[in-house]
Amino acid sequence: MIFAGIDIGSITAKAAFIKNDKLMATKVIPTGYNPITAGEKVFSALLEQTGIDPRDIRAIVATGYGRNSVKFANRAMTEIICHGKGAHFLDPRIRGIIDVGGQDSKAIALDRTGQVENFAMNDKCAAGTGRFLEVMAKALEVKLEDLGTISLGSRAPSKISSICTVFAESEVISMIAGQQKREDIIAGIHESTAARVAGLVTKVKLEAPIIMTGGVAKNQGMIKALENRLGIEILVGDYPQENGAIGAAVIASRIHLQKI
Amino acid sequence: MTDTDKKKDKRKIRAAKKMREIMTTYYLDAMTARENNKKVAWITSGGPVEPLIAMDIIPVYPENHGAMIGASKMGEELCIKAEEMGYSQDLCSYARTDIACCKVNGGPMGGLPQPDMLICCNNICGTVLKWYEVQARHFNVPLFILDTPICHTDYSREVESYVRRQMDEYIIFLETAVDKKFDHDKMAEVGRLAFQGQKLWQKVLKTTTHKPSPMSAFDAFFFLALIVTLRGTQIAVDFYEELSLEMEERIQTDISIIPHEKYRLLWDNLPVWYQLKWLSQKFSDHNACLVADTYTSAWCSALKYIDENNFLDSMAQAYTRIHLNIGVDQMADQVLDMIRTYDVDGFVMHSNRSCKPYSFGQMDIMNIVRKKTGIPVVMLEADMVDPRSFSLSQTDTRIDAFMEIIKQKEWVR
Repeated sequence: MIFAGIDIGSITAKAAFIKNDKLMATKVIPTGYNPITAGEKVFSALLEQTGIDPRDIRAIVATGYGRNSVKFANRAMTEIICHGKGAHFLDPRIRGIIDVGGQDSKAIALDRTGQVENFAMNDKCAAGTGRFLEVMAKALEVKLEDLGTISLGSRAPSKISSICTVFAESEVISMIAGQQKREDIIAGIHESTAARVAGLVTKVKLEAPIIMTGGVAKNQGMIKALENRLGIEILVGDYPQENGAIGAAVIASRIHLQKI
Repeated sequence: MTDTDKKKDKRKIRAAKKMREIMTTYYLDAMTARENNKKVAWITSGGPVEPLIAMDIIPVYPENHGAMIGASKMGEELCIKAEEMGYSQDLCSYARTDIACCKVNGGPMGGLPQPDMLICCNNICGTVLKWYEVQARHFNVPLFILDTPICHTDYSREVESYVRRQMDEYIIFLETAVDKKFDHDKMAEVGRLAFQGQKLWQKVLKTTTHKPSPMSAFDAFFFLALIVTLRGTQIAVDFYEELSLEMEERIQTDISIIPHEKYRLLWDNLPVWYQLKWLSQKFSDHNACLVADTYTSAWCSALKYIDENNFLDSMAQAYTRIHLNIGVDQMADQVLDMIRTYDVDGFVMHSNRSCKPYSFGQMDIMNIVRKKTGIPVVMLEADMVDPRSFSLSQTDTRIDAFMEIIKQKEWVR
């Protein structure tokens, strides 16, 4: 039996299929302007990729900020629960999740059985999210995906003191004007973002093992900055971006089996 | 009328109409006080109102007015106005809207009646001191400040005598302000009525221990107005008598406030006045009823310190030991007690940008509650009146996730 999860984030839309309790396939596309069409698009793209007939999909759960716009889903669930289920499904040892996505960051504590015990989210502010890194990459004329690699070469990270994205951007611009090294500025940006995220982690008292999910988990520099800040190893699985969609598919299967 | 409308109508609390009428009359009296040779005193929400009633002075509450401004969604413009006047966005939104209202005669009633005097008691916060000083300068009227030290652990003899003496000074202040001798017999009568009113208010709030609950915290936020503004009058006593009877009747006839109560929640801090309807619908959609809150119960939580037959002497303790003027451990104890009394499944905390004394210890209280009860707790960041500090989609996700956590307890893994 095949089940689907669809995660509509602010920047990317993700889909995942699971079959007989095993992950089958995943897909990531840009969300674009319209979350409704993004849901349809990512779902059909994954159907095409796998050659599965939509009639064979038993249940669909939608998640992410656009969860309520996926009209063909059987149910909408928040990304907090889905990330919990996804992480537990992929690695049952996981007790803590740091999810940094496009417009929000979260810390999610799980119990031994994979149930969410507690969570904390960023307040009404983009600092400490993927959007913050995107703005900074633009100001530094660096590709978003290169931020991590470049920052690893830094020996003396710059100090970004503003916690506001807009103010931090002007701070970065003056650093560029002051000819500070690009790798140091980027490492400084990661440290400042990590400090914000670490606040959430301490708030909910995450226990190890901790996994990082969301698009930002692909940034090695951020992982390093967070590990330094928290003094703990942070794992990154094979599907950081798709974790929420995978969790949604797991929940879809449980709903179908009337276990929820 | 459709079936759904009929059901909805049955759920409506009848006393609400009466309460609106009483509040209208009260505000009309206050608005026409001058023509009727009556004096008006502005007073903070936690201030001792009974001596005013005994002296026939009409008490007016800028904070109650602030709540009306918030509920009428007029908060944003007035907050912006105050900021234009130079007040910081970090200042309490009740203070900002009140100060701005005086400048532009804004708000749902075009401003409050002008005060003849101001009574400021700092048992609810420190902001009121400067706020009332600003208003005393603006209106050029006398200001009485009642200083109630915070009781972090217990209530000492020194605090008692310090506050008790100020009660005498308060009476002298009022005698000078209205040029009339204080009537101690009348004060005793007002004290008894204040006690009875608070007893009845407590009785009304306790009816929600019944499952399903006959009313919710959203109703308590509304019905609170009388125990704040008309405490110490027969009107308040009669009204809460009637309201409590209606609640009993609802319990007998099995009328619940939300259609399918499955989960019971406790609310902490002031309401988000401009989002009451949305919040109440949101929780109701999850079959969750906010059965109690720490805010409205503050107007009966000091009952144990009141001596019905010697109100004046017990006032010092009753007004000093209120929910916002005690230590975090004691606040947490009150919360734990409510969790047990109302048998709730989750705790919703409003981290209120305006109200610092209410919001400051919330992280500690949250941790204590989680540790001692294991029930899920959610923190919603907002502000009681300024909608610029509220994000709908963020709050929406937090509530959904919180309810999913409560519900997942029922899932078979």
